[in-house]
Amino acid sequence: MSRVTRFAARDPGPAARMAGFMAHLRGNGFALGVAETALAQAALTELDALDPETARLALKCVCTGRAEDATRFDAAFDAYWLNAGRVRPRAVPKPADAAAARGRNSRTDHQDESAAPGKRHAPDDGAGDAAGAGDTGRLQAVQAGHLRSRDLRELVSPGDIRAAETVARRLGAALRDRRSRRSRADRRGARLDFRRTLRSSLSTGGEPLRLHNRARPDRPVRLVTLCDMSGSMIRYARPYLAFLSGLMRADPDTDAYLFHTRLVRISDALRDPDPLRAVNRLSLLSEGLGGGSRIGGAVSDFAHGPARRSVGGRTVVMILSDGYDSDPPEVLAAALERLKKRGCKVVWLNPLKGWAGYAPVARGMAAALPHLDLFHPATTLDDLAALEKELTRL
Amino acid sequence: MSFRDLQTDLARTGYVAPDDLAMALFLALRLGRPLLLEGPAGVGKTAVAGALADLRGTRLIRLQCYEGLDATHAIYEWNYQKQLLAIRAAAEFHDGESGVAVEQRIFSRDYLMERPLLQAITQDTPPVLLIDEIDRADEEFEAYLLEVLDNYQITVPELGTIRATARPIVILTANGTRDLSDALRRRCLYATIPFPGRETELAILKARNPEVEARLAGQIVAFVQKLREEDLEKVPGIAETLDFAAALAGLGLADLTEDPDALVASLATLLKTETDRAAVPLEVAARLAGRAA
Repeated sequence: MSRVTRFAARDPGPAARMAGFMAHLRGNGFALGVAETALAQAALTELDALDPETARLALKCVCTGRAEDATRFDAAFDAYWLNAGRVRPRAVPKPADAAAARGRNSRTDHQDESAAPGKRHAPDDGAGDAAGAGDTGRLQAVQAGHLRSRDLRELVSPGDIRAAETVARRLGAALRDRRSRRSRADRRGARLDFRRTLRSSLSTGGEPLRLHNRARPDRPVRLVTLCDMSGSMIRYARPYLAFLSGLMRADPDTDAYLFHTRLVRISDALRDPDPLRAVNRLSLLSEGLGGGSRIGGAVSDFAHGPARRSVGGRTVVMILSDGYDSDPPEVLAAALERLKKRGCKVVWLNPLKGWAGYAPVARGMAAALPHLDLFHPATTLDDLAALEKELTRL
Repeated sequence: MSFRDLQTDLARTGYVAPDDLAMALFLALRLGRPLLLEGPAGVGKTAVAGALADLRGTRLIRLQCYEGLDATHAIYEWNYQKQLLAIRAAAEFHDGESGVAVEQRIFSRDYLMERPLLQAITQDTPPVLLIDEIDRADEEFEAYLLEVLDNYQITVPELGTIRATARPIVILTANGTRDLSDALRRRCLYATIPFPGRETELAILKARNPEVEARLAGQIVAFVQKLREEDLEKVPGIAETLDFAAALAGLGLADLTEDPDALVASLATLLKTETDRAAVPLEVAARLAGRAA
């Protein structure tokens, strides 16, 4: 028996089936517009559309736009057109509200939702209900806003990690785009250097034959991050690592280290384009993750080792830690002092600082405070997003 | 003509195209849409444009993108020096030309330097326009490119709009330096070129280096395929395989396992970074060669 889907007898025809297929792809997260539907039809008229393999290849290069789409396309194609001969009731796309009316059922439920029972439906989550009843778009926006101000450690679903990455990426981009106030001669600069052009025009009899330009040179800021992965910080590990990998990808010059009882460089692992593989490579690197914390020792190792190569006047050293140190506080103070002598800025992000009634009483934290340029909470995504402004001021 | 015909025609020019690439090229020709190709370095993204130009007997116009590429290098530029000299000459010799006439003369096509994009749309026969590594250019340039790809016309403020005399066949390549905008992706047909499978790579090797013996060719391909599975920084592409084959043929080897030292020496054509060289020492190379043989 043929694997090709049999469409219902009252089906309106091939054009409607194509429209149905496009709707099916859209439902699967492909970004397709009306123009693509027309293009897909045009493509099929150019060749033997009755041969499934030919049609598959043709539709694939019309409907996909990026590598991830291309890998998912075959499954979507099979599901729609090669349904093992089962009857597909109607090829016309359903109106959009049908999906909303269906409500929750086990098929549409996401894994993370079922792992945290009732999370989306907790009473305090319903804050948006009154504001946007009946208006799904608005309701979602309110929910997203709510999510942004949650404690980072609740962010564990892949989507939220992606959001953390976006914040990091913006931050990295903001750091990189730091142009000098002064301008310098540049052959392809944006501004014309009138003085020089006029001066050199003297040698060509007053005609400005050679144009000279000036541009404002880039003064990029390098960001070096030290992330604490000791036992007390492990609950923030995933969002922080997502944040870091976002930073790493936004700017090829940034550097990241991770420490618990020793210091490990993780920049290369984090630059891995596949986030899951990045985490796997990390776990291979960071043996002893979640153990005790030697903040002082690690910062001291950094100041005496890698910092000598990579830290200078245009560097911001960012430390992500809660400040619970098992080393004596003097070690940390000495290390930070040494680090500061290199002319860098030191920013400390503490996840505990966002909590009500927090005071930096941990001995390590208290010892570090006088050496910091910025002491900032990093409890929620909003805190991390707010960093953008603070960092541009530094 | 079907896409299979195109595939065999391309194979005759020495380019072995996988099915989805051939189909994408076929549709790009038929529907007049630009084609976006993505894939790792060295799999023949750029070569396909050359093969297509050969096949159709047209010019290949190449625009190599880089960071900071701007309109004056991609589209057109006025020849300032020539314009200034013309003004100067007009003032000096007083040959009765009015100021307006001079102005019109110096803003005419004679004083316009055509860059690749303008060249591509003013040819008599449709050329192949290769926009290489589009992801290296800035986002502003990408936006400008969208306008050109939509209408195939370029507006020069002093001259007016120049319409395409022939619509070029546009091929864009990218390898992920930066994510491209959705707008650009939507206007293009799309194909990824992955690393080729064993048979495809063997066919490419035969088409490009016919002097390599069949047995050695099989071993070379198997060796490179095994090498790609190793944890390398820069995975060797097809171009590297061809160099490797040429190197081995040049050294007069008939079998990969026959001389491990020569094999390691010729690895210079495959492994291009220090860490990769360190990752494949003599023993590993010999083991891979043994498995390939």
